[in-house]
Amino acid sequence: MLEFSDVSKRFPEGTLALAGVDFAMAPGEFVCIVGPSGAGKTTLLHVAAGLQRPTEGTVRLRTDKIGYVFQDPALLPWRTVRGNVALLAELRGLPKRERLRRAADAIELVGLAGFAHHRPRTLSGGMRMRVSLARSLTLDPELFLLDEPFGALDEITRQRLGGELSRLFVARRFAAVLVTHSVTEAVFLGSRVLVMSERPGRIIGDFPVPFDHPRSPDVLFDPEFTGLAREIAACLAA
Amino acid sequence: MPRRLKWGPPLVVFAVVIAMWYAVTYLLLAPDRRFLLPPPHAIVRVAVLDRANLGELLNALLLSATVAAIGLGIAVGIGMAAAIAMSQARWIERSIYPYLVVLQTIPVLALVPLFGFWFGFGLTSRVLVCVLVALFPIVANTLFGLRSVAAVHHELFTFHRAGRWTRLVKLQLPAALPAIFTGLRISAGLSVIGAIVGDFFFKQGEPGIGILIDVYRQRLQSEQLFAAVILSSLLGVFVFWFFGFAGHRATAAWHESALEPVGRDPT
Ligand SMILES: Nc1ncnc2c1ncn2[C@@H]1O[C@H](COP(=O)(O)OP(=O)(O)O)[C@@H](O)[C@H]1O
Ligand SMILES: [Mg+2]
Repeated sequence: MLEFSDVSKRFPEGTLALAGVDFAMAPGEFVCIVGPSGAGKTTLLHVAAGLQRPTEGTVRLRTDKIGYVFQDPALLPWRTVRGNVALLAELRGLPKRERLRRAADAIELVGLAGFAHHRPRTLSGGMRMRVSLARSLTLDPELFLLDEPFGALDEITRQRLGGELSRLFVARRFAAVLVTHSVTEAVFLGSRVLVMSERPGRIIGDFPVPFDHPRSPDVLFDPEFTGLAREIAACLAA
Repeated sequence: MPRRLKWGPPLVVFAVVIAMWYAVTYLLLAPDRRFLLPPPHAIVRVAVLDRANLGELLNALLLSATVAAIGLGIAVGIGMAAAIAMSQARWIERSIYPYLVVLQTIPVLALVPLFGFWFGFGLTSRVLVCVLVALFPIVANTLFGLRSVAAVHHELFTFHRAGRWTRLVKLQLPAALPAIFTGLRISAGLSVIGAIVGDFFFKQGEPGIGILIDVYRQRLQSEQLFAAVILSSLLGVFVFWFFGFAGHRATAAWHESALEPVGRDPT
């Protein structure tokens, strides 16, 4: 689905953000990349999405149906929830009926039915993130790239949205790469967790996660879960 | 807020102003100098109740309003086009903006006589004065608005391969709307002032309210003079209110805070 072969990225000013990132993921995998801030996580996603070119190495993508969820929900404040969710289909030039159908489906899927005519400013942070997810879902992505999507949210909302993302993952069968600086979040969501070093970023650990999706919050208290989280935290600290 | 509190204080202030006016007219001014500040009821009697005088005033006001509106319309067309062009490329901004600043800093009164020289002393020149004074706030505010788009929004549009036109129509112009209305409100007020100033220089053709003001002043028709001054300030107030209201209607649903206006005060 996505393969990084020895990818490095140096910015024109000289910052080396990625140094030899190497991994491959199969369709249906949920890969979480955990790393400290400034490690180059956003850069890695930009390179994966083609927003930036790697300086060295190659990126192979097996799909062009990519959904990108930015850390900021990036909603247009003048549009309603429905208008925001329909935006990407609009940019693709899909006919109006099709856009509205897709928007309605996606809004339903993220649990915002009844809020279609609200403006973003009347929504909570968690609801805005759901709108952002719904917006990406309208294009039926085969690969989802998520950049710390819950980073700005409180713990409770973050947990709840994590659970829903896990449910969506099962329902829509996309592949996903989610970057985060939270070990717990990475283990909770990932079918596999990659550990990224401090800048310049490299992959220094690769851990399969042996729980089925969709996951419930109970898994957080499973000894196997906490053991794995501890191992990953140790790898990060090394 | 209770009605009493909402309407009470403004009415009291209004009554005090009128009372002071009468006091100045009857207590301070000697009878032979009373024409300097005629009492309010005399202004109403001469300028409002006399149909011929009222007609003259209203016709002039309508003409000035029309001149201001046409000038504003032209300024909006040119100004927004210039701002959009400048928002598309820095080199366009670098080539155009300095001239706009120069245009803005030349005292209007220094340029106005030239207009008569080039375009005659009639309506065309009056409209051009309005365009000249109204242009800069439109350009500056529109450009500011187009530039105020958040970086994440640009990233979103870039990621989905939106072209320039789509980006302009679906992202930049809507984002700029509050700033555009701020500019419109400032420029509309300036355009009204421009129409009146233009009257003082370009007197050929139908008289505008500024011409009447000058005529009444020369003939010492002070009731009508005051009525003309009050009417022209009411026009300015109305225009300011109107664009504030329209901007509120257009953006209140989503826009949280008022923007700082860019451009000089309408003075
Ligand atoms: N567009 C850019 N130009 C120059 N340097 C950048 C750019 N984007 C990121 N960097 C630098 O690359 C490094 C990694 O950044 P980033 O990928 O955003 O890290 P993370 O998302 O893990 O916090 C940082 O040192 C940052 O300053
Ligand atoms: Mg980042």
